[in-house]
Amino acid sequence: MITGRFFAAGADRRIAITIFILLAAAIIVPLLNLAVSPASAFYVPSYIVALTGKYLCYALLALALDLVWGYCGILSLGHGAFFALGGYAMGMYLMRQIGSRGVYGNPLLPDFMVFLNYKELPWFWYGFDHFWFAAIMVLAVPGLLAFVFGWFAFRSRVTGVYLSIITQAMTYALLLAFFRNDMGFGGNNGLTDFKDILGFNVQADATRSALFAASAVTLALAVFVTWAIVGSKYGKLLMAVRDAESRTRFLGWRAENVKLFAFTVSAVMAGIAGALYVPQVGIINPGEFEPSNSIEVVVWAAVGGRGTIVGPIIGALLVNAGKSWFTGVLPEFWLFALGGLFVAVTLFLPKGIVGMWDAWRGNARALRAASIAEEAGTDPDVPAPPKIVRSAARTPGEWSTSGPEPQPAE
Amino acid sequence: MAKTAKRPGEFLLQSARTQNSNSSGIAERMILLRALGLMLLFLLANLLPANAAEADLRAIIAKFAAAANFSATETVVRELAATGDPLVERPLAALAEGDLYVRKADSLVFVGREGGDSVELLDPLSGEKSGEAAKGDITKIKVNNTLRRVIRDALGTLTLRAKDPAVRIAAAATMFKTPDAANIEPLDAAIAAETDANVKALFEQARAASVLVSDRPEADKLAAISLIGARGDRDALSLLTSVEANSQGAVKDAATAASGNINSTLAFWDAGQNIWYGISLGSVLLLAAIGLAITFGVMGVINMAHGEMVMLGAYTTFVVQEVIRNSFPGLFDWSLVIALPLAFLVAALVGLAIERGVIRFLYGRPLETLLATWGVSLILQQAVRTIFGPTNQEVGNPSWMSGSFDVGQLAITWNRLWILVFSLCVFALLLYVMKRTPWGLQMRAVTANRRMAASMGIKTPWVDALTFALGSGIAGIAGVALSQIDNVSPNLGRGYIIDSFMVVVFGGVGNLWGTLVGAFSLGIVNKFLEPYAGAVLGKIVVLVLIILFIQKRPRGLFALKGRAVEA
Amino acid sequence: MRGNFSTITKMVSAGMVAAGLLMSVQARAADDTIKVGILHSLSGTMAISETTLKDVMLMLIEQQNAKGGLLGKKLEAVVVDPASNWPLFAEKARELISKDKVAAVFGGWTSVSRKSVLPVFSELNSILFYPVQYEGEESERNVFYTGAAPNQQAIPAVDYLMSEDGGSVKRWVLEGTDYVYPRTTNKILEAYLKAKGVAAEDIMVNYTPFGFSDWQTEVSAIKKFGSAGKKTAVVSTVNGDANVPFYKELGNQGIKAEDIPVMAFSVGEEELAGLDTAPLVGHLAAWNYFESVDTPENKKFIADWQKFIKNDKRTTNDPMEAHYIGFNMWVKAVEKAGTTDPDKVIDAMIGVSVPNLTGGYSTMMPNHHITKPVLIGEIQADGQFETVSQTPGLVMGDEWSDYLPDSKDLISDWRAPLSCGNFNVATGKCGGKGTN
Repeated sequence: MITGRFFAAGADRRIAITIFILLAAAIIVPLLNLAVSPASAFYVPSYIVALTGKYLCYALLALALDLVWGYCGILSLGHGAFFALGGYAMGMYLMRQIGSRGVYGNPLLPDFMVFLNYKELPWFWYGFDHFWFAAIMVLAVPGLLAFVFGWFAFRSRVTGVYLSIITQAMTYALLLAFFRNDMGFGGNNGLTDFKDILGFNVQADATRSALFAASAVTLALAVFVTWAIVGSKYGKLLMAVRDAESRTRFLGWRAENVKLFAFTVSAVMAGIAGALYVPQVGIINPGEFEPSNSIEVVVWAAVGGRGTIVGPIIGALLVNAGKSWFTGVLPEFWLFALGGLFVAVTLFLPKGIVGMWDAWRGNARALRAASIAEEAGTDPDVPAPPKIVRSAARTPGEWSTSGPEPQPAE
Repeated sequence: MAKTAKRPGEFLLQSARTQNSNSSGIAERMILLRALGLMLLFLLANLLPANAAEADLRAIIAKFAAAANFSATETVVRELAATGDPLVERPLAALAEGDLYVRKADSLVFVGREGGDSVELLDPLSGEKSGEAAKGDITKIKVNNTLRRVIRDALGTLTLRAKDPAVRIAAAATMFKTPDAANIEPLDAAIAAETDANVKALFEQARAASVLVSDRPEADKLAAISLIGARGDRDALSLLTSVEANSQGAVKDAATAASGNINSTLAFWDAGQNIWYGISLGSVLLLAAIGLAITFGVMGVINMAHGEMVMLGAYTTFVVQEVIRNSFPGLFDWSLVIALPLAFLVAALVGLAIERGVIRFLYGRPLETLLATWGVSLILQQAVRTIFGPTNQEVGNPSWMSGSFDVGQLAITWNRLWILVFSLCVFALLLYVMKRTPWGLQMRAVTANRRMAASMGIKTPWVDALTFALGSGIAGIAGVALSQIDNVSPNLGRGYIIDSFMVVVFGGVGNLWGTLVGAFSLGIVNKFLEPYAGAVLGKIVVLVLIILFIQKRPRGLFALKGRAVEA
Repeated sequence: MRGNFSTITKMVSAGMVAAGLLMSVQARAADDTIKVGILHSLSGTMAISETTLKDVMLMLIEQQNAKGGLLGKKLEAVVVDPASNWPLFAEKARELISKDKVAAVFGGWTSVSRKSVLPVFSELNSILFYPVQYEGEESERNVFYTGAAPNQQAIPAVDYLMSEDGGSVKRWVLEGTDYVYPRTTNKILEAYLKAKGVAAEDIMVNYTPFGFSDWQTEVSAIKKFGSAGKKTAVVSTVNGDANVPFYKELGNQGIKAEDIPVMAFSVGEEELAGLDTAPLVGHLAAWNYFESVDTPENKKFIADWQKFIKNDKRTTNDPMEAHYIGFNMWVKAVEKAGTTDPDKVIDAMIGVSVPNLTGGYSTMMPNHHITKPVLIGEIQADGQFETVSQTPGLVMGDEWSDYLPDSKDLISDWRAPLSCGNFNVATGKCGGKGTN
C-alpha cells in the first residue's frame, strides 16, 4: 500500500522519541526520588512515583487495546478482564509471599482463607509461591483466555458490535465469578496487604522506584513490539482486515488467524500491565473486571488517538492525571468534567490528540493515512474529507470503521 | 348512647389509672376522683345497664397506661381478648397498628390519628373524636412482633362473625395458622351460622387444624388430616410437618402421607412458579431493553446513556409522586398514569437534545457514539446526583400495584403482573408505530438507505432526531415501571445497561421481535437456573450461554437477512 | 478552601482557571490550620451512602471551628473523591497524607476500601477513623473502628430473636450479599447458633450479588423454608442498593413481620428513606443508634444536621453517629496530647470517653474499638425505627470473634508494652495463631 511508506516515514522518529523518553524516565525518576534530598526542588516524592507508575500500567493497557482496536478493528470491551487476570496472578504470588506474617500467622493460607474456614490451599493456588510460576501465569492465563475466546469468536465470524458485546459479557461474567467468595480469590476484598516482592518490601521507596522503572521499561518494550508488529508485513495484514475483512479473505488470507494473533498478543500485554499494576497500588479486587473500566480504556485510546502507537499512551496518561487532579480539586463535579471531556473529544477531536496534532503540523495527508478512519486503498492525493462529516446511519450490525464517507449498501 | 357514655367512661379510666399509678403527690385528688368515678359508675350502672360491660372494658384498656414492658402489655391484650366482646376490636387493631396512645397529662388511653404536628385523639371504644394533642404530650404504646401476633390471633377469634366475608376469611386464615384446642367451639358455632360456602370451607379447615392439636380421638384427627391434606398449600404443609413430629401411630402415618402428597403437588407448582418468575424477569428485561432496541438496534447508536434515560423516567415518577403527596394526596393511585406521559416527554426531550447536540455529528461512526454517550451518561448521572442528592428516593406503589393474589399455589404479585402487561403494551404500541404509521415507514426507510430516503423527500435529520427521541422516551416510561420494583437512585441506569445490550444482541440487532423473544428466554433461563445454581452462578451461566450462542448465530436470534448487513 | 462545599460551588461558578489559582494561593496560606482528610466516595456506587458521611464531617468541623478550633488553630477539611474505586482509595489516602499532610483521615465504608488503604496508613503512619459496622477480624495500630464489630450488632440481634420478646425463633435464614462482611458475620452466627443448639438443617444460608434486583426466587425460598412448622426469622446482611427491591418483594409477597421477621444489619434510616415502609412495619434492624432515640444530644444533633444540610427531611443514621463519636474522640485526644503528632494521638486515644447520641458515653478501648449500646429497632410506618430492645449496658467491640476457631485465642491491645493487634493468649506471642 502506498500509504504504508508515508506512515513509516512519519512515525519512526516519534516511536524512537517515545522509547527514549520512557527509558530516560525509568532512570531519572528513581534517581530524583532516591538520591535527591526531599528539600530539593528536583525531588520527586514517592507519592508521585507510585502514581505515575500506575499511569504507565494504564498506558500499557491502552496500548494493548489499541493494537486490536486501532490496528485490527476489533473493539474489545473486555480488555479490563485480561488486565485483571494478570493482576490476580501477580496478586496470588504476593499473597503467598506474606507467609506467616498475616494477622493469623498461618504460614500457608492467606488471611481471607483462614477466616472463611478453608482447611487447605485450593489447588489453583499451588505454584504461586514461586515468582517464575506466577510470571508464566501472568502471560499464560490472559493469553490462553484470549486465545480460546478468540478462536471461537473469530472462527464463527462474530464481528463488530456482537464481538464487543460478548467481550463485555465475558468480563461481566468474570466480575461476577470473582466476586464469589467460594471461588477462593478473596471475593470483593480481593487480594491485599502485600508485604514482599522478590524479597523486597513493596512499601519501600526503592522497591517503588524499581517497579516504576520496570513499568517504564516494559512500556518502552511494548511500544517497540507494537511498532515492529504494525510495521511488518503482518501489520499490513492487520490493517487490511480492519479496513476490508471480506476482501482480505477473498484474497486468500485467513482473517481469523490474523485477528487471533493480535488479540492474544494484546491480551498478554494487558496481563503484564495488570501484573505491574498490582504491586504498585497494593490491591487487586474484582472491581477491575467492571465493564465500565474496560470502556474507560477505550476512552483513553480514543482521547489519545487510536491507530497510533503514541496516542493511547498520551491518552491514558492525560485522562488519568486529569482524573487524579479533578477528584481532589473538584470532588463533587469531576464527573461533569470527565463526561464533558469524552463528548468534546469525540466531537472536536475525532482522531484524538495525536491525530489533531498531526493535522496541525501540516503533513496531515501523509499521517492521516496511518490513522484509522481512512478507507483502505484511498489515494493519498485525494483531499481529505472534513473532520466532521454527516454520513449515513448505516444498517445495524455494521461496525467496520471504514471511514466517514457514506457507503452504499453494495 | 356512645356519646353519653364518653364522659363517665373517661372518669372511670382515670380512676383506674390512679390505682396503678404510684405518683403519690396528688393522693388527695386521686381519692376524690376515685370517689367521683365510683359514684358515676354507680349512677351509670343504674341508669344504663348496657354500659356495664363497656365500663369493664374501659377499665381493662386503662391498664395499658401502666404497662411498662411488652409482656405487661401482652397481659392486658389477653385480658381484653378474653372478654370476647367485639368492641375490643377497635383498640386492639389500633394497638397492632401502633396507633394507641396514652395522654401524659392524665394517662387516658386514646386511639390516635396522625395529622401533621398534632395527633387527633379518638375514643378507643366508640371511635368518637375527643380532642387533639401535640405529639410531645402523648406517649405511644409500643408494640413488637410478638404482640402483634397475639393481637392478630385474638382478633381472629373475635371476628369470626364479622359482616364482611373478607374479614371472616382473614380470621379463618389466622386461626388456621395458630391452631388451638380452645378454638374448636367458637369455630363450630361459626360453621353452623356461616352461609357463605367458601368461608365455611375455610372455617372447617381451621377447625381441623385445631382438632389436630387437641386431645380429640384419633378418628377425628385422621379426618382432620385428610381435610387439611386436601387444602394442599404451604400452610397446610407446615401444619402437617409439625403434626408429624409430635404424634405417633396412625396419625403420624396419615400426616406423613398427606405431607408427601402436598410436597409432590408443590413441586409441580414450583416449576410453574419458575416460569412465572422468568416471564416476570423477562418483562423487566424487555422494558429495559426495548428503548435500546430503537436507539441501538434500529439507529445503530451504541447508546451508553440508555440506562440514564430509564433513570430519568424513574425520577420523573418520583417528582410526580412528591407533588401529589404534597398537594393532591387523593390522586396517589393515579400517580403512575400521570407520570407515564411526563416521563416519556422528559426522556424524549433529553434524548432529542442529545441527538441534536452530539449524536447527529457521529452517524456512521458507531464507536464514537459509544464514547460520546458514555460521557453523556456520566454527566446525566452526576447531574441527577447534584439535584436530587445521592440517596435513594421513595417511590410508592399505588394500591392497585401492591400485594399479591393466588393462582393455585402460585402467588402472583400485582406489581409484577402489571409490569408484564405494561411491557407487552409498550411492545405492541412500538410495533404498531414502526410497521403501520407513516412515521415508522420513514424511520425504516432512513435507516435502510439514508440517501435514497432523502431523495424521496424525507427530512432525514428530523426523522433521526424523532427516532432517537422515541427510543429515549420509551426508556423513560420503562423507568416509571422499574421505579416500582427497584431503587430510584442515580445508579439505577447502570444496573440495566449491560443486561439491555445482552438482550438486544441476543435477540438480533434491529429486530423488535428478537428483543421480545430474547428478553423472555433470558429471563426464564435465568430463573430456572437460580434455584439450583444460586443467583450469581445462574447469571454467570446465562452470560456464558449468550457468548456460546453468539458463536453459533453471530448475528443473534433473528438476524437481519440480506446483503445490507455485510460491511 | 478546597474541601469546603460552599467554596467549591463558588469555585465552579468562577471557572476552573480561577479554581486553580485559588487553590495555589490557599495552599500557601494554610500553615496555621490543622487539616482533616475526608475520604468518602462522592460518585460511583457507594456515593449513595458515603456522601452523607462527608457532609457530617464538614458539619462537625464547622462546629468545632465555631467553638474556637483545636489547639488554637482552625480545622480545615480536605475532601477528595475516591469514586467507589478501591485502588483510588489507596491513591487518595496517600495523597491526603503525603501531599496535604492531614492530621487524621475520616473515611471508608466498604471493607475493601478499608483493606485498600490499610497498608498506606501503616506505611505513612497516620490515623484513620472507620465509621461503619464491619466483620471484625482486624485491629490495626493506625485505625480506630468506631462502627460496630459483629458482637456489637449481630450477636445481640440474634439473642433478641431467640428471646420470648423476639418470638423464640427456631429456624434461621442467613441472607446476605456475597462479600466479606456477610460471609464472616454469617460464619460467626452459624457457629453461635449451633452453640445454642440450633440444628444444621434449621439454618439456611444464601448469598446474592451486589445490586441484586430480582428477589422473587429468593423471597419465595424464604417463604418455603419458613413453612416447616417452626418459628422462622431472616437475618439479613444484604447490602445497600439491593435492600430496596428485597423489601419491596417481601412486602408484595406478603411476608409479614409477625410471621417471618427480617433482622437487618445494613438497613438504616437512609435506606428506608427510599421505601414505602407501611408494608414493612415490624421488620427489625440492629444498630448502635437510631434517629428516633429520644435524648437531648440526639435532638440537637438532628436539628444541627438538618440545618446544615438545609433539608428538614434528611435522616440521620448509625455511621453518622460513629463519625460524631470518632471526631469528638479525636478532638479530645489531640487536646490531651497537645499535638497532632500521630504517635502521640494514637497513644492518647485509648481511654478517651465522649458522649454518644443515645444518652451514654462511648470509650475507646485498647483494641481500638469502642464501647456502644446495642439497640434493636422495629421499622415503623414513618420510616423510622422504634427501639424494642436495648442491651442493659455498653458492649465492648470484640475485634477477634470468639466463635471462629482461628481467632478465638487472639486479642488486641495497643497499649505499651504489649502493643499488638493479634496477640495470641494461648501461645503468649504476638503474631496470630501460627501453625495449626
